[in-house]
Amino acid sequence: MDETDRAIINRLQESFPIAHRPYRQAAQALGIDEAELIQRIEQMLEQRQLSRFGPLYHAEKLGGGLSLCAMNVPEDQFERVAEQVNAFPEVAHNYARDHRFNIWFVLATETPQRIDSVLKAIEQTTGYPVYNMPKEEEFFVGLRFHV
Amino acid sequence: MCNSPGSLDQLDRRIVVATQAGLPLVAEPYLQIAQQLGTSEAEVMERMQRMLESGIIRRIGAVPNHYTLGFRGNGMSVWDVPDEKARLYGRRIGALEFVSHAYLRPRHLPEWRYNLFAMVHGKDRSEVMEKIARIADMLGQDNQAHEILFSTRILKKTGLRI
Repeated sequence: MDETDRAIINRLQESFPIAHRPYRQAAQALGIDEAELIQRIEQMLEQRQLSRFGPLYHAEKLGGGLSLCAMNVPEDQFERVAEQVNAFPEVAHNYARDHRFNIWFVLATETPQRIDSVLKAIEQTTGYPVYNMPKEEEFFVGLRFHV
Repeated sequence: MCNSPGSLDQLDRRIVVATQAGLPLVAEPYLQIAQQLGTSEAEVMERMQRMLESGIIRRIGAVPNHYTLGFRGNGMSVWDVPDEKARLYGRRIGALEFVSHAYLRPRHLPEWRYNLFAMVHGKDRSEVMEKIARIADMLGQDNQAHEILFSTRILKKTGLRI
């Protein structure tokens, strides 16, 4: 990654044009040409310096349900439970964390009403309670990394 | 124009599906999406502009992978603050430049006492701990308890389904 790559990350986190030739427009502001910008974004995606490039959607505003859920599972049951949780297509992300509450996953469902039934199904399958922690309010989303 | 979620029509949803993994890396990306969906470039641009204005699209652009960019420390800090002050502190914590997400969430007493969540990012764990100490200072006596949960493993990561 060089200075130009860093400038691309810093500048293009904020916004990207909706225009006929958006890469050309963004490239001009960065002082490079369109083809170079496209090629550099492609490369940063391949090398996973960017996890994606494009629109970031707001799941609830799209009408879906979204919730953070936690489980407290004994170590010797961890792998089995994690596998069973992951098998639900509604589980979007799942992280192991170093805490008594050791499984943390995000449920994304097509409607908000589906959250509860999926939670119950996960409890039944795994045999452990699921703690539902939906957000009641969001204060800020979208750290701008300066690299 | 109504901006409630219900106002998304079939074409809007197809645009969401076509772009949620990313924008095409070609000179005329909106034209490519339009051709794929059998509509015009102007239609796609207009609808995406509308979704951007109504907040359905949070933003368009580069999403950095903080892990590969050297932000190896990512801690989920959880705080027990008085309910009546939780929103005030949520806004203050959310405004800090090293916090990516801050949310008010329900407690599950007695097992889970925390009502405020903030994702804190740093170069490594010690930098994350330092930043969390700054939040603790800011909260003072209203910090009734807090913990940091570091992730040890990604068990699953997929895109959102709609």
